[in-house]
Amino acid sequence: MFGWEFPPIQSGGLGVACKGIVEGLIGNGHSVYLVLPKTLPEMQMYDMNVFKVLAASDSGGIVKMANVPSGLYSPYMTSESYLKWIEKMKGEECDLIYGENIFEEVYRYAAQAAMHAKNVPHDIIHTHDWLTAEAGIQAKKISDKPHVMHVHATEFDRSGDNPNQRVYNMERRGMNNADRVIAVSELTKKMIMKYYGVPEWKIDVVHNAVQPNFTTYHKTHHLNKSDKIVLFLGRMTMQKGPDYFLQMAKRVLEVIKKVKFVMAGDGDMMHQIVRMAAELGIERNVLFSGFLKGDEISRAYSMADIYVMPSVSEPFGITPLEAIKHGTPVLISKQSGVSEVIKNALRVDFWDIDEMANKVIAALQYPALANTLREHSKKELDKISWKKQAEHITKTYKKALKK
Amino acid sequence: MKKTKTKQYRASSQMPAVSGQLPAKTVCFYFQVHQPYRLSKCNVFEIGEKENYFGGPNNYENQKIFEKVARKCYLPTNAMVLEMLKNNPDFKVSYSFSGVFLDQCAHFGEIGKEVLESFKKIVATGRAEILCETYYHSLSWLFSKKEFAEQIRKHYAVIRRIFGKRPTVFRNTELIYNNEIAEFIREMGFKGILAEGWDHYLQWRSPNYLYEHQKVELHPADKKIANEYALKKTKPRNFNLLLKNYKLSDDIAFRFSNRGWSEWPLTADKYTSWLDAADGNTINLFMDYETFGEHQWEDTGIFEFMRHLPIELKKRNIGFKTPSETIKAYSPVGHVDVPYLMSWADMERDISAWCSNEMQNSALKRIFDMESHLTQTINKLPKRKREEFLDTWRKLQTSDHFYYMCTKYWNDGDVHAYFSPYESPYDAYITYMNTLTDFENKLDGITNNQIPNYKSSNP
Repeated sequence: MFGWEFPPIQSGGLGVACKGIVEGLIGNGHSVYLVLPKTLPEMQMYDMNVFKVLAASDSGGIVKMANVPSGLYSPYMTSESYLKWIEKMKGEECDLIYGENIFEEVYRYAAQAAMHAKNVPHDIIHTHDWLTAEAGIQAKKISDKPHVMHVHATEFDRSGDNPNQRVYNMERRGMNNADRVIAVSELTKKMIMKYYGVPEWKIDVVHNAVQPNFTTYHKTHHLNKSDKIVLFLGRMTMQKGPDYFLQMAKRVLEVIKKVKFVMAGDGDMMHQIVRMAAELGIERNVLFSGFLKGDEISRAYSMADIYVMPSVSEPFGITPLEAIKHGTPVLISKQSGVSEVIKNALRVDFWDIDEMANKVIAALQYPALANTLREHSKKELDKISWKKQAEHITKTYKKALKK
Repeated sequence: MKKTKTKQYRASSQMPAVSGQLPAKTVCFYFQVHQPYRLSKCNVFEIGEKENYFGGPNNYENQKIFEKVARKCYLPTNAMVLEMLKNNPDFKVSYSFSGVFLDQCAHFGEIGKEVLESFKKIVATGRAEILCETYYHSLSWLFSKKEFAEQIRKHYAVIRRIFGKRPTVFRNTELIYNNEIAEFIREMGFKGILAEGWDHYLQWRSPNYLYEHQKVELHPADKKIANEYALKKTKPRNFNLLLKNYKLSDDIAFRFSNRGWSEWPLTADKYTSWLDAADGNTINLFMDYETFGEHQWEDTGIFEFMRHLPIELKKRNIGFKTPSETIKAYSPVGHVDVPYLMSWADMERDISAWCSNEMQNSALKRIFDMESHLTQTINKLPKRKREEFLDTWRKLQTSDHFYYMCTKYWNDGDVHAYFSPYESPYDAYITYMNTLTDFENKLDGITNNQIPNYKSSNP
């Protein structure tokens, strides 16, 4: 398996999903070699007999590839945020392999990582998104094993109407080369068919899941006790709809005053969002927590009275599942893959500000609504697991091998 | 289809003498006719200025649905029933029309009138009995006996006014029933009541006989209400229970067009042979009127099936009776003890479709908690205004509002979702609670001497 992120090095949902998939596959009796751009000892978190993390650079060779391009692009949105992230990573890690130029990195990774295919015994090559697709293509050339490409997000989700042509080309190349494509939702499957011309028979939908959590957080408010808390947690980028969240906040505050809107996350729209809160005159009720990690995330979910994901486009969206896990009711946009698996959520069109505000207010004002949502969504979540999802992935593997 | 033990029971009961000419057995058809006033969408920003509560989510659905059901079910089915009555002198039917359905007939223009006229024609044959129920198809029994009795009287009055009939048999909303309800209804002067023939309470016994309810003592306050609202001073000597044969009813209502069913296709001849083989003296076939043309579409052959049924039944000497005729013709064979609430809904046959989750319970509590405040407040108003307020409050009690909030099978996207105008039970609840808030604001407006000017009964 070729991965780009793995906990604890991650900037978003891809690393979390990758971990869940690995865990599920191991639970289904598979052995996984996970090739990453960079490894840490703590990544080796499962039994060595069935799981091994390998650094791309340790492959002991390099695949010669023509056309190593230059230019700037990040896996998550714009170049500016990528640079910032790189700087942050630099601050924390001394021997960093994530380069300043994402394309260069992707190719360098592919060239090195693919060589593992020579040394490591395997039956299936599993890649994630455009970042590792090239590694899969090269590895398949070496071992001639089937390539399964897992699509967590497409360029159209990340960039809306302005897709980066080169990213798109790499995605398309990956999907065309792959023997099978896994889409994280029906929504994503439709996009793959529409924008990438992949035939339907080649695509399987496998929804994401979350890992069970045994730590319980009490619903204690760390802010003023009488204030209700509405949470946004995600990158501050166009795709996630933070601006819709603020407009909703403004409408909510017209009806109930004692509400705090917590916005957790960082991103290229950060400055714009802070400014917008001030312009709307609600800056006192909007709190920015910056990028949260580990325990802080759990605390944020637990203290919230409702979690709102107003995404403009969300191939899956694992955060609502995390919120539900922490006993928090969720409001999700209809334009998200997660709404295919969680029915016990409040749902709105991301652009319907009044309806979003209406539902947030109802959840804050009517305890029976919040309680029923909490109880039933938790039951629904309990039925989803990475182990079950990995069973579906196994089916995809079997189809790929039959071919 | 039933067990042998039944026969012993029958032997010990007093059966009317059955001569050669008289039908050996009768069928009692009962159809439920109801349309709720689905709520208009009401978001929190509309509270305080919401004008029309009862248009449907986008303010037009109620009329559209009524028109659709009228074309697919009411009009063609009524034509069929009228034809059946004409061609088969023995054929009998019975109906219960919710008050809110009759209101919709009056409100929804020409087609509404046409529907009502066609029902009147059926009733005018003298071979269709009308039953009594709560006017607003409400769950009032569970929360206020006074309100329950009020709505029964209101329904009784409207049936008299429209059809010139005085109902003598009662059916509660969704056949919600227990010993106490039966006792209350008996106290009010009815001759009988309908209920589900659920095995849990019948055990080895057959629903195809007349039964008596298990006598229980009402709370003195409740008994007082029942007597206060009684239809007449003298109570009928006997009070009987008619139980739905749910297997034979559901063969028509649910399974008729199911190609996966081993008995598909169901012909009138085959069905009649089942009725013939069944024990007992009355086969009570109770179903939603929308079975015809709406749940079972015309192209399933449901209308043809019905047209042939009286002919096939006659061949086997099986007749028809209305509920009150059934009560008159047969003697009860025993008591049925139903201590807990039972209904005809879902597999559970309990009241969980309307009051199982916290949202439903909080919404129900809120609407019924308003009773005393509301009745006191509106006393100050002129009569017309007062009745408008009462009507709005009561329309908000219609059981369907709470049914839409049911999460029981929401995950499986079942029948609850199918019949709901909302995307989710949560949306149903939010709309309902916002509407109630608006209504409470209007009540407060009266206290502050601002009589609000809004139309409650004119969607």
